[in-house]
Amino acid sequence: MFRIGIDVGGTNTDAVVMEGDRILAGVKSPTTEDVMGGVVESLTKVLDQSGAPKERVSAVMIGTTHFTNAVVERRHMARTAAVRLCLPAAQCLPPMVDWPEDIREAVGGRFWMARGGNEFDGRQISGLDMAELDRIAAEIGAAGIDTVAVTSVFSPVSDEMERKAAARLKERLPGADFTLSSEIGRLGILERENAAIMNASLRALSERTVAAFGRALEAVGLTCPYYITQNDGTLMSREFVQAYPVLTFASGPTNSMRGASFLSGEADAIVADVGGTSTDVGALVKGFPRPASTTVDVGGVRTNFRMPDVFSIALGGGTIISGEGDAVKIGPQSVGYRITREAICFGGQTLTATDVAVGLGLADVGDASTRGRMPNDLESIKEKINALILNAVERMRVSPQPIPVLAVGGGSILIPDRVGDLPVIRPEHFSVANAVGAAIGQISGEVDRIFSLASKSREEALAEARKEATDKAIAAGADPASIELLDQEDVPLAYLPGNATRIRLKVVGSMHG
Amino acid sequence: MRPITEITRADMAHIALGGAFLGTGGGGDPYIGKLMAEQAIAEHGPVPVLDVEALDDDALVVPVAMMGAPTVMLEKLPRGDEAINALRSLEAVLGRKADAIFCIEAGGLNSTIPIAVAASAGLPIVDGDGMGRAFPELQMVSMTMFGIHACPMAMADEKGNALVLNTVDNLSTEKFARVITVEMGGAGLIALYPMTGRQAKEAILRGSLSLIHNIGRIITTEQAANRNPADLLARELNGVRLFEGRVTDVDRRTEGGFARGQARLEGLEAYAGRVLTLKFQNEFLVAEDETGRPLAMTPDLICLLDLETGQPITTEQMGYGFRVIAFGLPCDPKWRSPHGLDLVGPGYFGYAHQYQPIEDIERN
Repeated sequence: MFRIGIDVGGTNTDAVVMEGDRILAGVKSPTTEDVMGGVVESLTKVLDQSGAPKERVSAVMIGTTHFTNAVVERRHMARTAAVRLCLPAAQCLPPMVDWPEDIREAVGGRFWMARGGNEFDGRQISGLDMAELDRIAAEIGAAGIDTVAVTSVFSPVSDEMERKAAARLKERLPGADFTLSSEIGRLGILERENAAIMNASLRALSERTVAAFGRALEAVGLTCPYYITQNDGTLMSREFVQAYPVLTFASGPTNSMRGASFLSGEADAIVADVGGTSTDVGALVKGFPRPASTTVDVGGVRTNFRMPDVFSIALGGGTIISGEGDAVKIGPQSVGYRITREAICFGGQTLTATDVAVGLGLADVGDASTRGRMPNDLESIKEKINALILNAVERMRVSPQPIPVLAVGGGSILIPDRVGDLPVIRPEHFSVANAVGAAIGQISGEVDRIFSLASKSREEALAEARKEATDKAIAAGADPASIELLDQEDVPLAYLPGNATRIRLKVVGSMHG
Repeated sequence: MRPITEITRADMAHIALGGAFLGTGGGGDPYIGKLMAEQAIAEHGPVPVLDVEALDDDALVVPVAMMGAPTVMLEKLPRGDEAINALRSLEAVLGRKADAIFCIEAGGLNSTIPIAVAASAGLPIVDGDGMGRAFPELQMVSMTMFGIHACPMAMADEKGNALVLNTVDNLSTEKFARVITVEMGGAGLIALYPMTGRQAKEAILRGSLSLIHNIGRIITTEQAANRNPADLLARELNGVRLFEGRVTDVDRRTEGGFARGQARLEGLEAYAGRVLTLKFQNEFLVAEDETGRPLAMTPDLICLLDLETGQPITTEQMGYGFRVIAFGLPCDPKWRSPHGLDLVGPGYFGYAHQYQPIEDIERN
């Protein structure tokens, strides 16, 4: 059977066809305004090139920046009701308190705070007040809002209040969609609530987009199921992404790094993804990107999603080289997509990083006879470029072990054969690593909550967390036999005497079938 | 460094950043307190900042603070009037109104929450604090050295509970109050160490708010100029750049409710081949080189900055692979007295090192 991976980026829509672990074809097409045009074109080309019969394609995996872009551009966001279960706590900072004005307006800025919520150890702050919820439902209905984000204090410890409140609201608002914060976010109520509200506002767009992906597949004659990749490199079913579109945020760099890992067979490595204007450097740990530790802004809104930790430098294939001798400067400007007109090796007048590689015989691009028009200190320019790369790689390196550097992306000819003491691997199909990353997506399950150690040991708590995460992964479509522990961390709660620890744990498994 | 005379909404970003830096790895993220202060200032206007010398000798000055787990407060946000309730309860016992408030600690969440309280209560805030940084326990304040009692102390929660404690000494206050925070859901707002203006002039560490603000301003402007703020911070604050490296191991464990542990850093750039060990108990307390020789120790400040962004890093955030600059600052001279070192020196935290000032270590 065959699988197809697609990466819908800002500039290009890439697609690959894989059979087992083999890549049969990889193509790039320009991303179109309606997104679907680019998907149809890439699918048509890649099916054609690979010769894979459509009826033998078992699944299509899609990576997309569509939902991130909607938030960044404040487009297609639906008016949303934010309901927080917290009273009497948490009144001082209402929902969306720290949002930029324009995005708050985009989602309508309506919120309600109600009785409810838990303490860190599961005690109630106050019980739900059904009459209060009925009143809120009436107001939401009167405002004509049909998507609701429900956030309860300490819902990562106990999600019961969120579920009960949503059920009650749903009785009065049968047509509305509900997003529960405990299903997408981690501890830190503002960040989790922000994610829930953004998610609620994107659900209508998600349904339209998912349906459009379905039509694109249909248009090229594919009848198999399709999946969307999320920011941890794992897959979501169609139904799941309709409910949780925010989980696609930042899936692009993740796919590229996972693809690099797959193409090279290396699980622990540094990945350098060289594009036209910049290079993203990240670290792979056990085949997955190392996550950033700090809060991440999406469109100016604070969230605590686990995004990959990526260090970017202004060095790409189109980077402009200016000055001479000791004063030579690498970038930061780039000719970008105009490289095929402006770079010397394509008959233009501008010296670019790609020209340096061509001039030194490292790359076979454009017209080699243009070498005569290039400066004669190319060697020293290349040394400067190498120093930039070395610095970026060293910053992302996590151990003294000589792990390899995986060079991917269209501009990866710029990466020398060794970076410091690290060997460089240039996998085949390096330019479509991101689509490969989508094609190999796995299914995950995650837990992040506080466990009380009053009545159980740390080991028992970890085992309980692992079981919860495993159950989640199976529910999301993972093959139980393939599930393994990816990441586990427990941090005792500071400044509290007593016995509470915060456990974060993630398991992954292969997709069923 | 110019002292600040009032705190506006725009100052809060600097103060939150400076507060995170002086948190020396602990104290909690000042972000929530920053948002609270921004709201309170928007509603009630800027907060006047008083030099401690401007206080009447018989004025009533009271620090307010959050006590408990900052992680809890990031989830269960305050109702908003808990600290005022604590303050009012204390005033009721004392039979008089407070004339000014101040921060009990200069680092972390407690560097921003009192500003929100001052704005809502319409009180000025004194340019000073009790620690000059963050420390984990109530008695670890300069006031203890000057015989000022933490009690009567008031604690309040979001449900409206308000308790007043009277204990025999400040260590006992810590022990009892800590237990109450658990019953309050892991965190409570407190008002304590009521003192006169005369006592404040003698006992509190001066200029803390101006220092916090200045640190935040330096970090912001240096980040905007794409420079790591460490160099300018070192020059302006008589700081010592201890190390630049990558976290290669973090060993955490919990003892008595406090996150203890140590981190190993391997050197980068000029520090390549060197190793730094950071020992922490919520805050960073001791920095040792590869031979076990101390480079800096409590009560001197050890702060961690992200190598790329210049952002302060906490002990809770710190993980494998982080690239950081470790940075040392001399503490307030009051902490270097025998009584001060009894309260917060390496011995109190269970480390064997004899205290040596950071600048003496650097000179040798």
